[in-house]
Amino acid sequence: MISNVFSIKDLRVSVGEKEILKGVTITVKSGEIHALMGPNGTGKSTLAHTIVGSLRYKVNSGELLINDVNLKDLQVYERARAGLFVAFQEPVSVQGLRFINYLRTAYSSLHPNEKLEYKKFVEEVKELLTYFGLDSSFIERGLNDGLSGGEKKRMEALQMLILKPKFIILDEIDSGLDVDALRVVSKAIAKAKENGAGIIIITHYQRILDYIKPDFVHVLINGKIAESGNGDLAKLIEERGYEYYKGGEASAKIE
Amino acid sequence: MQRLNEDEIDEVRKQNEIKYDFTTNVKPAYQVQKGLSRSVVEEMSREKKEPDWMRNIRLKALDIFLSKPVPTWGPDLSELNFDELTYYIKPEDRKANSWEEVPKEIKDTFDKLGVPEMEKKYLAGSVAQLQSEGVYSRLKKQWEDKGVVFMDMDSAVQKHPDIVREHFGRVVPPSDNKFAALNTAVWSGGSFLYVPRGVHLDLPVQAYFRMNGALEGQFERTLIIAEPGASVHYLEGCTAPTYSQYSLHAAIVEVYVKSGGKVRYTSIQNWSDNIINGPTKRSWVEENARMEWVQGSLGSKITMTYPSSILRGEYATTSNLNLALGIGPVWKDNGAKVVHAAPNTSSKVVAKSISGRGGMSVYRGQLRINPGAYNSKASVQCDALILDDISKSNTYPHNEILEESASFSHEASVGKISEDQVDYLMSRGIREEDARSLIVLGFLDDVLKEIPLEYSIEFNKLVKLEMNKYGAVG
Ligand SMILES: Nc1ncnc2c1ncn2[C@@H]1O[C@H](COP(=O)(O)OP(=O)(O)O)[C@@H](O)[C@H]1O
Ligand SMILES: [Mg+2]
Repeated sequence: MISNVFSIKDLRVSVGEKEILKGVTITVKSGEIHALMGPNGTGKSTLAHTIVGSLRYKVNSGELLINDVNLKDLQVYERARAGLFVAFQEPVSVQGLRFINYLRTAYSSLHPNEKLEYKKFVEEVKELLTYFGLDSSFIERGLNDGLSGGEKKRMEALQMLILKPKFIILDEIDSGLDVDALRVVSKAIAKAKENGAGIIIITHYQRILDYIKPDFVHVLINGKIAESGNGDLAKLIEERGYEYYKGGEASAKIE
Repeated sequence: MQRLNEDEIDEVRKQNEIKYDFTTNVKPAYQVQKGLSRSVVEEMSREKKEPDWMRNIRLKALDIFLSKPVPTWGPDLSELNFDELTYYIKPEDRKANSWEEVPKEIKDTFDKLGVPEMEKKYLAGSVAQLQSEGVYSRLKKQWEDKGVVFMDMDSAVQKHPDIVREHFGRVVPPSDNKFAALNTAVWSGGSFLYVPRGVHLDLPVQAYFRMNGALEGQFERTLIIAEPGASVHYLEGCTAPTYSQYSLHAAIVEVYVKSGGKVRYTSIQNWSDNIINGPTKRSWVEENARMEWVQGSLGSKITMTYPSSILRGEYATTSNLNLALGIGPVWKDNGAKVVHAAPNTSSKVVAKSISGRGGMSVYRGQLRINPGAYNSKASVQCDALILDDISKSNTYPHNEILEESASFSHEASVGKISEDQVDYLMSRGIREEDARSLIVLGFLDDVLKEIPLEYSIEFNKLVKLEMNKYGAVG
């Protein structure tokens, strides 16, 4: 298996006048699962959107790299073509844009050298819809149009599998999912890992990590990584709560 | 309606790569001198060997035309000078019933436009008009045998004078508006479709209207009659070459849908950007009958068109789906008119417009539910998408709900492409301009999916082309 590296290096990011990320460093290799945890408003989604390359998120310093390729000058779609996939915390909907048509366009854009067999592709998507407990009529429906929060999350997970990215960032993929859905999505993440993807699971609950064990855990507090550790850190965070980082020693360390 | 994926659409698009901007070199078989006068109208009528009653209708309409002012409530029509137009140009003496009989230059024209090809593939009948006259018409024999009539309007006056006389100008009287008066005075060409009681045409019939020069007028006249229980889908395509000077297209379409009948009228105009387009289209809908208008407005410099349905009988229904692209220095004034004149009637209007590169799109609607039209239902939805800061959209709904038991809903939206949507699609590898096209086509989808593929791919193509222009400026 080819091993790739996605590096977030000392990243500082502002939204408007306000600096949200204040020097974040995470290195993800193929086949690794990282969990990025932290309370609300701490900058997790800001990191996800910055990786996407949305213009609203201004990188003040630091770097994003896939292997040696600097993402700085790459447009949003070029980053996706470089192998990034970000599942959004709040996926938008596009009325009238049929899911299958969108997905097919995305797939051909990401894999220009493959000749896509439409019928096979449709079958594959249908199977996955069933796998995720979604209605196969979603294939003809407008993208995310009228879907519930949990359905949208499962649709994001489905795309993660279909589009075969090298690196996957899942922004609160677990929110709005019931236990069954959580289990299926976790299995899907495990599958993506088996396929060689490097993955960052962004969450503020430890819940999903009961189903899929991360190799590394990072705690983001006020735009900085307050602590990094192995998979066991998640349990510890659950016990201590994020409060631990606010008043205690760790907080003193990062201020 | 059949739905294809992008690959298949690309394939069809390749097969249908149509260029509209070319001129047919024909020496007209006959034409009147430019300008409008009593003698021009009389000369046309004489040339057409018309019965007196038709000549009289024309002359009366001319007086009405002269007495009416040019409308000033919508787009700027000041460029229009009725003295410099040529009102009647007959390209060819003979009217052919097979493409082999059509003179080469004209046949080549319609070949380039894909008309014979469409006919072969999916039409029950076809009428083709160049400038002022139908040059070709044909209906498949199986429908002729069932008593269906489909031919150019001038031939219908000669061959079916009684039916024509009974219906002509009853739904759209010349007094309706200035362009309707003008059409009635100088009408030429168009089509006549008669479907006998209980006959269902399972394939559409199509009329294709082609203009050819500058400062030309095209005033075709269409009359559609569906007898009780009959059903038919009528398709209309329109194109012209581009000139620096304008031309005027002002048609009249009258549709009768008798009890229990159903007519769908799909009109896709892709006029060049020098055409002023002001057709008047109206239907008369009897009990349990249904009228469906599907309008796709791609081209023209100015369009003013408000297809209307008069729901005359109980349980009559109508739908009016409208798609307008107001992109570039153009003004699209589109809309719908519905009169609920009987109990338990229902209507649905959906209008979608796109404004870009300085274009103006207007929805102008009129909806009336008469007193006594008990339990009638009406809904109007108009959505506008504006692509940039220099383009505009306006909505002028005019609703008169005069019956208490009736229900009525109106929804309108005006918006821009959401940058979050663009980011989302781009984050899945889709280029910005493609992302924007997908969003725009999604916005149009409600109506687009009702348009036959051969025409809807034109919308696809145009939207993609436009979005590529936007992609360049970011
Ligand atoms: N588009 C935005 N405009 C203004 N402020 C924003 C925007 N996105 C995020 N923020 C602010 O940045 C901070 C971090 O938000 P976010 O990254 O969404 O946190 P998290 O995902 O960890 O809950 C918050 O204070 C939030 O209000
Ligand atoms: Mg968040």
